Amino acid sequence: MSASWLDKNFKWVMTLPALLFVLLMMVFPIIYTVRISFFEWSMSASTPPRWVGLENYYQLMVDVRFWKSVWHTFQFMVYALLLQMILGVGIALLLHRDFIGKSFAKTVFLLPMVATPVAMGLVWILIYEPTGGVLNHLVQLVGIRPMDWLGSVKQVIPSLVIIDVWEWTPMITLITMAGLTTIPKDPYESADVDGATGWQKLWYITLPMLQPTILVAVMLRLIDVLKTFDIIYSTTQGGPGSSSETLNIYGYVMAFQYFKLGSASSLLVIFFIIVMSLTLLFMFVRKRLGGIS
Amino acid sequence: MKKGVASKLLLSGMTGLILLLFSFPFIWMVLSSFKTQVDIQAADRFFKFTPTLQNYSAVFTQYDFMKYIVNSFVVALGSTLFALVLGVSGAYGIARYKMQGIGLTILIARIVPGITFLIPWFVIFNKLEMIDTYAALILSHMLVGLPFIIWIMIPFFESLPLEIEEAGFIDGCSKIKVFLQLVIPISGPGIITSSLMCIIFSWNNFMFSIILSGEKTKTLPIAVFNFLSYAEVNWGGLMAAATIITLPVLVIALVAQKYVVNGMAAGAVKG
Repeated sequence: MSASWLDKNFKWVMTLPALLFVLLMMVFPIIYTVRISFFEWSMSASTPPRWVGLENYYQLMVDVRFWKSVWHTFQFMVYALLLQMILGVGIALLLHRDFIGKSFAKTVFLLPMVATPVAMGLVWILIYEPTGGVLNHLVQLVGIRPMDWLGSVKQVIPSLVIIDVWEWTPMITLITMAGLTTIPKDPYESADVDGATGWQKLWYITLPMLQPTILVAVMLRLIDVLKTFDIIYSTTQGGPGSSSETLNIYGYVMAFQYFKLGSASSLLVIFFIIVMSLTLLFMFVRKRLGGIS
Repeated sequence: MKKGVASKLLLSGMTGLILLLFSFPFIWMVLSSFKTQVDIQAADRFFKFTPTLQNYSAVFTQYDFMKYIVNSFVVALGSTLFALVLGVSGAYGIARYKMQGIGLTILIARIVPGITFLIPWFVIFNKLEMIDTYAALILSHMLVGLPFIIWIMIPFFESLPLEIEEAGFIDGCSKIKVFLQLVIPISGPGIITSSLMCIIFSWNNFMFSIILSGEKTKTLPIAVFNFLSYAEVNWGGLMAAATIITLPVLVIALVAQKYVVNGMAAGAVKG
């Protein structure tokens, strides 16, 4: 009897626990965050939350530090995404042919993205170290002035971009390499008959055929670059000053260093809306492009 | 012919250079972990130094590292186990009964920035006096792992031939019995892939752990991050600690290379 109840409701028995867990851990907190964003609430003072309506949002709009963090997020995203895509696809095209040690190469590429980001943050701090760091030693060998990589206001975002590029270019490479194996041989054969050059084949056959793969990779990275936290927080904590503070970091600092939970929530609501709309926009663009090719 | 050899050499040279660039931080980390502070600060002693184990012994004797390793293992294995129970059965239901709506809802957790949950979690776990408990950490890490399990397992179950399950039903098995005794045993590769991803995500997790852990449950990434704020930076010790944290993940990546590549690419497969 109990078995038949189980059989009848089987699909719900299977899926409801996961769904409930996600609703409880994700949907409910998001609603809660939206609600708190209308309150002034500082945890450090023992005063209860006070309804302030849109005041937190207004304060953010006139907060220079907020707009700076928007700008940093945007800069970081554009630089990191562009470099990763160009390098990642380029390396994949280079490594696509068969060579001895191909599986070894793939293993090496796996390491940056699975290694613990905080540990890697520490390693990069040491690499970037102005006096004893290996990077300044190397750039001096090629005649460039040593720099204060993570410590200077101008240099810090490019330096963080380098870490992100090191960490995630391999993912673009691996995805692109997987995409390359699915391209059929025939177009190349007929191109050879027509006497096409290597570059022409790359431009008119390989890249268009890779487009869906590349778009998927761009979307995955777009989402994750926006959310970058570990590497930035463990290396600079948003500094020097607030010169490498992205929305993610500023939200965290506001919530857990200043304990301004209301204001932080309003920032996180805006951040959430930005991430979701960029994702949806990108999905829409991808669909349109997919329709053409 | 000659041109072929030259271009092959060029290709190998470039490949070698690229691999060196991507593995360099690891080489640097491991070498530094065996150096004294003086040798680390001298860039010309890159390979020329007398290796010392002093950093490793300091990490274990001065900083109680064993405790953090245990904490990290408990949280990683715990969250992976519970996320597997929810995720594998959830994915099976979604795949077999075409419940795409539920699938999408769960996958949104992959897109939403984790920090959006962090304030409510902090407030609620605080009220429930669950800050600094394994339960809080395991629950939060599960939310990272679960979408990946679902993401990996849905296409996996969709590609399983239905005949196996039908044979089970003909023999009079109930649905749950077919799932547990026929489907699960042949799902090994999918389950291994998703378990590895879960373990790696939890092991590496920083943002959730830094807020929800405390003295009793501090995990490795938090412990190492805290070393940094000591007045004098002990680079050798930090590099030894970084090597120790990274080691389990690297071993997983090296041994189960195929599964980890699949797991990393899983997001891309589904788009």
